Amino acid sequence: MQIDLNRQDDKLTAVMHGRIDTSTAPEAEKILLSALDGVTDLVLDFEDIQYISSAGLRVLLLVYKRMKTQGSLKLVKVGEVVREVLEITGFDELLNVEDA
Amino acid sequence: MREMTINATVENIPAVTAFVDENLESLGCPLKAQMQIDIAIDELFGNIANYAYRPGVGPATVRVEVEDEPLAVIITFIDHGKPFDPLGVSDPDTTLSAEDRAIGGLGVFLVKKTMDELTYEYKDGKNILRIKKHI
Repeated sequence: MQIDLNRQDDKLTAVMHGRIDTSTAPEAEKILLSALDGVTDLVLDFEDIQYISSAGLRVLLLVYKRMKTQGSLKLVKVGEVVREVLEITGFDELLNVEDA
Repeated sequence: MREMTINATVENIPAVTAFVDENLESLGCPLKAQMQIDIAIDELFGNIANYAYRPGVGPATVRVEVEDEPLAVIITFIDHGKPFDPLGVSDPDTTLSAEDRAIGGLGVFLVKKTMDELTYEYKDGKNILRIKKHI
């Protein structure tokens, strides 16, 4: 798991790499939540994400709740496997998701 | 049939995933099915790591078997920790928004939806959890 953060004024793009699962979710949570001060426009780039499990969904939910109070959140370049996980769990209705 | 026995810890999930992936790759498993199986490993082995021997640590065996016609892979997780039937956990209430639902239970729900079979038995002091996926 690696996250590249690109900040431009109030906009943050987080380019995520690898898997968001039980072993990587705690670090993803720490990196993302600590980067959100003053961010009103958050984009999570999932192009290089292989898959996400429920541990990763928990992180997305925390980020969503935080951004709900301060701005917008969008997931972009979401592949087939992640899209399926989001649909099964109803997260696709909660989150703004753009396919790859 | 191939199997590995390893301490059931969160740190060992990548090793279990690598072991299963190696077997799946030799079968020519499509990437999508492989990733769905990897997610299932994270959910199921993760549950064992977090709950089976808490607060201690104990071993789990992961077995990979292959069935022909139709081609399917069967992965069995065996531990001798506390009896726990993940199928007994009720499915998340999908009439609620994802925001208002508990995350607990989502993992097993994902496995049920993406695998062709998920079975559990408690036998001889062991939790035996099995998934089957046609590939």
